[in-house]
Amino acid sequence: MVSPMKSTLHDLLAVDRFVVTAEVSPPKGCDCGEFMEKARALRGTVDAINVTDNQGANMRISPLAPAALLAGEGIEPILQLTCRDRNRLALQSELLAAATFGVTNVLALTGDYITFGDHAGAKPVFDLDAVQLLQTIAALNSGRDLAGTTLHGAPCFFPGAAAAPEAEPFELTLTKLRKKAEAGTRFFQTQALFSPEKLVRFMEAVRPLGVKVIAGIILLKSAGMARYMNARIPGLTVPQELIAELEEAERPLEAGVAIARRLVTALSPHCDGIHIMAMGKEELIPEILADLHRNDGKEG
Amino acid sequence: MIVSKQKPFPEILASLENVSRVFLIGCAKCATVCKSGGEEQVWQMQEDLVAAGKEVTGSVVIDEACHMLRVQRDLRAKGEMVTAAEALIVLSCGAGVQSVSAGSNRMTVAALDTLFLGNIRRFGQFEQRCSLCGECRLNETAGICPVTVCPKGLLNGPCGGMSEGKCEVSPEAECAWYQIYVRLRDRGGLPLPQETIPPKDFSKLIKPGSLKLEK
Ligand code: SF4
Ligand code: SF4
Repeated sequence: MVSPMKSTLHDLLAVDRFVVTAEVSPPKGCDCGEFMEKARALRGTVDAINVTDNQGANMRISPLAPAALLAGEGIEPILQLTCRDRNRLALQSELLAAATFGVTNVLALTGDYITFGDHAGAKPVFDLDAVQLLQTIAALNSGRDLAGTTLHGAPCFFPGAAAAPEAEPFELTLTKLRKKAEAGTRFFQTQALFSPEKLVRFMEAVRPLGVKVIAGIILLKSAGMARYMNARIPGLTVPQELIAELEEAERPLEAGVAIARRLVTALSPHCDGIHIMAMGKEELIPEILADLHRNDGKEG
Repeated sequence: MIVSKQKPFPEILASLENVSRVFLIGCAKCATVCKSGGEEQVWQMQEDLVAAGKEVTGSVVIDEACHMLRVQRDLRAKGEMVTAAEALIVLSCGAGVQSVSAGSNRMTVAALDTLFLGNIRRFGQFEQRCSLCGECRLNETAGICPVTVCPKGLLNGPCGGMSEGKCEVSPEAECAWYQIYVRLRDRGGLPLPQETIPPKDFSKLIKPGSLKLEK
């Protein structure tokens, strides 16, 4: 039995509607109350919510539980799933569990290395990589597991993957992006971007792959945070001029919102959607999106 | 070679709490090269133990402590020096320690931590290039091992943390996939392999490994 795809995200992207997604971190603990409040407040503002998976290798509740809660309330989740903490059995069973709870969108990730997080002595798994995880999702979608055995009830996932448009050398990352496309990714959510130039180059290279691109924008809350990110967050480089802008601002958070707002305007003409990483300040997302006019010509 | 380094001396002493007479065993191969269990280190260990109030009944540096029969033979040859000791302190890799513990009824104390199979870059500098995965992929990766050189062991290209060719895990190191990319480019202008490499077969690596040559 193959269930029909219940992904609103898929439906929106399929009709070239410009989408907005946002990331909300699940709690460290089992109380999802605050998480759900944040998510509910974004209803109508964003099309889907990414539920991060032990982000930065810091232990939190499995994203499956909050993603299932979202799906239960009719809020579209994107389940992030990394290869760092689970072997191929655990990944497949987690995916099947997600399907049972009505979670359809999955972002297949390799995962930040374990020593970045709060359990530095843990065993890193990396049984599969992100490309192989996408192949796994495709296999499950086709009704079989990685061992080739027929599933009793096949899922119908809408798979996505990460991309780092600013990473150099670009040719090297492009090889992997092609493999991800071949393995069935339908959308890319990018690492935080700070200028349209790299996105334009990225779009030129990725367009022929037929994969939708949702460009990442991060809310810089202060110069200190930007510096910390440059030092500690893999694959992310905040330009010096933005750090200076935050430094000189009387109210850095407001400056950060202004920067994010500018980026929405600069990036959105080039891609299929925007992904906001508000770093706990999800209540500021409507303000960041204030200049985005989503119906401009695109929606049918 | 097998790269090892000495445990902190207080830790070794702590394993000898109720022991006063010890016999020391070094290894003439790997542990000698990485200066963790050669003639010199055995001698130094003897000095330190004596200073700490232990009696050292004797010592031997075995030519390959991982060779089980040779270990038995060499310990037998040391006769009373060994039998008079309450504990045998072994300055070799974990394989050597276990040759000793299997070949003697004395308490065996491991004095080293065994780290990796290493290449010798230059004198005193060792690097891991191969992690003995049981299914060598070097023919597909320009002779650079992503299983080992990439901390995540990624088989299909760099992760999102690569930046300017550097690795997210240790920014002073080059990303394994950057190294592969550069080598292919510089040796014949080849692009990276486009085919997706399937997941590794970890059943090739069931522990404990064993191999019996057919005559
Ligand atoms: S692929 Fe790497 S780890 Fe495996 S045998 Fe070859 S060099 Fe060693
Ligand atoms: S940067 Fe390269 S070597 Fe480092 S973890 Fe990522 S893929 Fe592996």
